[in-house]
Amino acid sequence: MKERKGLIIGSVILLIIFIGMLIKGEPSKSILVWIAALLTLFIYSFLYRDNIFYKFAEHLFVGVSVGYGISVYWQNAFIRKVFDPLFITKTYIVDGQFHLWPLLAIVIPTLMGLLMLSIFTKKQAWLIRIPIAFVVGMSAGISVPSTFQAYIFEHTKNTLYITLSISSFIMIVGVITTLVYFFFSKEHKGLLGKTANIGIWFIMIAFGASFGYTVMARISLLIGRMNFLLYDWLGVIK
Amino acid sequence: MNVLLALLFLMQQTPNSLPSDTTEVIEVVRPAPPTDVIAMDTPNDVGGSVSVQWEISEDDGKGLNNVILYNVFRGQSEEGPFDYIGTVGAGRTSYDDQTVEKDKVTYYYILKAQTKEAVESEASNVASGKAAPQWFHHGRWNILILGILFALFFAFYIRMAKGKKLFIRKIAGLDAVEEAVGRSTEMGKPVLFCPGIGYLYDIATIAALTILGRVAKKTAEYETRIIMPNYDPVVMSAAQEIVKQSYTEAGRPDNFNEKDIFYLTQDQFGFAAGVDGIMLREKPGAIFLQGVFYAESLILAETGHSVGAIQIAGTDRVTQLPFFISACDYTLIGEEMFAASSYLSRDPVMLGSIKGSDASKVVIISVILIGAILGILGGLNIGPFGTWFQSLVNWFGRG
Repeated sequence: MKERKGLIIGSVILLIIFIGMLIKGEPSKSILVWIAALLTLFIYSFLYRDNIFYKFAEHLFVGVSVGYGISVYWQNAFIRKVFDPLFITKTYIVDGQFHLWPLLAIVIPTLMGLLMLSIFTKKQAWLIRIPIAFVVGMSAGISVPSTFQAYIFEHTKNTLYITLSISSFIMIVGVITTLVYFFFSKEHKGLLGKTANIGIWFIMIAFGASFGYTVMARISLLIGRMNFLLYDWLGVIK
Repeated sequence: MNVLLALLFLMQQTPNSLPSDTTEVIEVVRPAPPTDVIAMDTPNDVGGSVSVQWEISEDDGKGLNNVILYNVFRGQSEEGPFDYIGTVGAGRTSYDDQTVEKDKVTYYYILKAQTKEAVESEASNVASGKAAPQWFHHGRWNILILGILFALFFAFYIRMAKGKKLFIRKIAGLDAVEEAVGRSTEMGKPVLFCPGIGYLYDIATIAALTILGRVAKKTAEYETRIIMPNYDPVVMSAAQEIVKQSYTEAGRPDNFNEKDIFYLTQDQFGFAAGVDGIMLREKPGAIFLQGVFYAESLILAETGHSVGAIQIAGTDRVTQLPFFISACDYTLIGEEMFAASSYLSRDPVMLGSIKGSDASKVVIISVILIGAILGILGGLNIGPFGTWFQSLVNWFGRG
């Protein structure tokens, strides 16, 4: 009962503020801005609790994004990479000569993709494992050199750029103790445990800095949305 | 002689400056062209690229000092015609033509220096070159050597794991898997497993699917419903297979409901909004946030916290880990997630991989320690340590 009373009072206050802004400001005349603004408010209503407005915005968002995704995939994957090269541009015919490899380069991935649809059958559903295995295997293989380069060589090289200074000492200790924390072959006891504890301190300090940095980035997103509501929609701020 | 009296044009002037019929003669000074142009196949690539190199113009940074850029032209024959293909700034001595249409076909290149007044020099000498693909990247010997060494570690430990039980330390949060599923069962609530917004080629997603197998087995044993919204349809298909397998292994294949493992959307925040809605309406007793997460991590973790679920998160995205740590009950940090998946599966290959990875870490720690000692001794100008240190840094900086 108390909650409902608070809700009614809160809603009335918000309504009065909103009407005041409408009178005081220069509300947008674009229907699209109004739709975007109302949907923004519907999503923000989640901060109170789940409600019909949030449900509407959520379902609309999911539905529209799925529809958009399908159209993008259809155009970018099927039309551009399969249909056009097979039937329109015919990339496998060069100077009037038929070439098998360019044709197979289109047909084999297409067939592999079609195997994904085997999940809709009961008996042939196992065929889906072929494209999945291909994607996982290929991706793992491709990522090996780049992962070595980015995560081992670059990090080691940059750690080795040391000078006779406190900061270099902290960096070396931080890198080594953090690596020790992620050592799984031995129980973290004794010297190893103490080293790993120092490592977790370094990790947490880094996470704290990252947390602060990311929160600031999120605040800038909020400012952007508020700017849209107060400037583009209500015209309260100039 | 590079100075030319060339361009003449009539300019309409205001009556009080010059008479309208006055002809103004402008002296245009051409810069010297770049010299010694050579063209060659771009090394260590997949073809389709020719590298052009040259000596800078005499008026680039010296002489008349009026060159601001170089225009590169390409032709199909030595006599031309040459088409413009790109520009690089003054001081630069190379340009990679990555618009080569055919490999093993000779193309001809010329360059012209250009001034701020858009006056071009005479053409340089003509250079020819053809593109070709290479099988091997010669700048990456270091990666091959270290890759082979690490692969040997992996092979050794995988072989070892097949013969005997290898030790992997317990990871905090893993015991909570059973606790979380048990709690959900007691409360009569489902378990929600969110694999994030990664694809099947992300290692974190693969690790998440291994953890999913373990969680699904527990839910099958406890006869608890498992819900899994998916961002990627391929991950969804793999997840369905894994959960089905787990239910079969638990002896309850009939309880498997593939409709509980469903596709939501491939829009990041559409997915976040959808999963939030599911959390609020289904009120799961346990939530697993395992896989690749970006900005939606805190939205999901906060919503999960608000419905009172036990949350076990795990990701290798460093920027999202702080949010999981602050909003979830247990968090698997980066490699802990991979180790957890090995620990849970007890698969010899995966256990051997974790052991191999540990051995690789020992090598890296040793290199850093040796490098630090060499760097300090080199910094103090003691013996040849400075040179050795530089060689070590260069070796890691190759490629």
